[in-house]
Amino acid sequence: MQPGTSTQENPARPVPTHAVEGRLTTPRPSVEVGKRSTGDEQSLVIKSRAEGLSFYYGNVRALKDLNIEIREKRVTALIGPSGCGKTTFLRCFNRMHDLTPGTRYEGRIMLYPDSLDLVGRGVDAIEVRMRIGMVFQKPNPFPKSIFENVAYGLKVRGVRSNARIEEQVEQALRRAAIWDEVKDRLDNSGLSLSGGQQQRLCIARALATNPEILLFDEPTSALDPIATARIEELIDELRDQVTVIIVTHNMQQAARVSDYTAFMYLGELIEFDNTSKLFTNPSQKATEDYITGRYG
Amino acid sequence: MHAATADAALQQIRADVNRRKIFDKIFVMVGLLIMFSALLVLVVLFLDLVQDGAPRLNWDFLNSFPSRKAERAGILSAWVGTSLIMLTTAAVSMPVGVAAAIYLEEYAPKNWMTAIIEINVTNLAGVPSIIYGLLALGLFVYQFNLGQSIAAAGLTLSLLILPIVIVATREALRAVPRAIREAAYALGATRWEVTAHHVLPYSTGGILTGMIIGLSRAIGETAPLITIGALSFIAFLPESPFKGEFPFFSFAWLKEAFTAMPIQMFNWVSRPDPAFQVNAAAAGAILLGMTLLMNGVAIYIRYRFRKRINW
Repeated sequence: MQPGTSTQENPARPVPTHAVEGRLTTPRPSVEVGKRSTGDEQSLVIKSRAEGLSFYYGNVRALKDLNIEIREKRVTALIGPSGCGKTTFLRCFNRMHDLTPGTRYEGRIMLYPDSLDLVGRGVDAIEVRMRIGMVFQKPNPFPKSIFENVAYGLKVRGVRSNARIEEQVEQALRRAAIWDEVKDRLDNSGLSLSGGQQQRLCIARALATNPEILLFDEPTSALDPIATARIEELIDELRDQVTVIIVTHNMQQAARVSDYTAFMYLGELIEFDNTSKLFTNPSQKATEDYITGRYG
Repeated sequence: MHAATADAALQQIRADVNRRKIFDKIFVMVGLLIMFSALLVLVVLFLDLVQDGAPRLNWDFLNSFPSRKAERAGILSAWVGTSLIMLTTAAVSMPVGVAAAIYLEEYAPKNWMTAIIEINVTNLAGVPSIIYGLLALGLFVYQFNLGQSIAAAGLTLSLLILPIVIVATREALRAVPRAIREAAYALGATRWEVTAHHVLPYSTGGILTGMIIGLSRAIGETAPLITIGALSFIAFLPESPFKGEFPFFSFAWLKEAFTAMPIQMFNWVSRPDPAFQVNAAAAGAILLGMTLLMNGVAIYIRYRFRKRINW
């Protein structure tokens, strides 16, 4: 529980005491234990950190004093039973809750390296969403062409050069492992694709703008096992390029794709650790009960 | 023995299902009956008008001005007037109605002010059209000094159909799934961009349908037009909106006196000479035809847009 163990602690921002005294009762993931960690300390930069984050729907406190560190270019999974707040937590990162009246954030989510408080009052939600991409539970391509779908984020960002847009669209589609399937029909509607392809199109759409963090909200829950496997493969490939936070119902999926896993229950963060540690040797009784299927 | 019991159980299940399915059949039959009665009334009415007006349903009728002689009277000034009024009505109520709906649906905060506006908009749809006529007489004809003009008529009917347009547009906007909006927001789009790039284009079919339903209502309105002073005898056409020389269009027609199809019909029906009844029937058939044509266009548009967008 020493935030100082990680590299690149931001010196300008002293860690608030409540983050230290937070509910994290387990040690921070150590470099050696992670199944994916190479022991290369340089790569374990903190990309984002929630500090005493609470979230309210009206008077209902849906998230309770969360403290967690998100490592750069690693996959962090959020697991927990339905209603535990994992999706609510995920949607704080790109301020999706701002679209619902009567919601309120407390605490901070710092985005590094520039120490931007994502849920800060003075920080515009649009600005946050320009830097943090999201892939949703159900594939939601726009009823426009495949090309326009991927190009939309660039269009919003004011990219006018057609050559540049075409280049970035192709790059994004390649990164989302769907280029070969759609390169001959970029003008077809995004809705003409299969469910799995639509989801990869949505991933390409989010990648096209080079987000710093990519949020996945149960991205495979509407897909068949083969499409699911492809998405998981893709997340695995994205590991080196972007910081990923993924909410999943599926514990095997969390174990397969993530480096770190956070177990949440009733709006609280119960345990956060290296994925292999959390699944093989959880320190909390609740975590163990959940991963062994006793509830959830 | 065993098979016999199984058979009996099966028979019982079948009987049970059949008994419960009776209500489906009854409902379908009642529904069809009501629908066909309504359709039948419309068809009979239309055929009756066509039959009564048959002697006058020809090119000359469409191409002549009204006249004291029934057999020489036509509806040229009436259908031109109706078309221009509809053009004005559409041009005013479309932007205003769609903008109002976008505000209420996408921008307005959920508070008591919005609630009052919403209740009022819904209630306005139920206000009798003659009240709109009186309002327009005071406001457009005298206050704004528009006189008994096509502009005044168009504005009046715009007011009349605004609630219809607003309600229909809101429905259409609401039909755009939240997931699509979220997708756009998540990419960093502003509210305006989400509305302009996504919500509006995807709901165009519904908006145009609502617009045309509103116009179909407006095309048959008589009371407010009489109130603001529609003439029933106009033997000239308003200045053409299109011109041969630059700038190729003109708005002088907005200020001109007008008549409209329902006014012309009303005038003919109230004359004692039975020959004019034939004219009224013919005009009625044409007016009904215009309305059906507009509705047909609405259905086609909806079909086209639905085909392109299916969530």
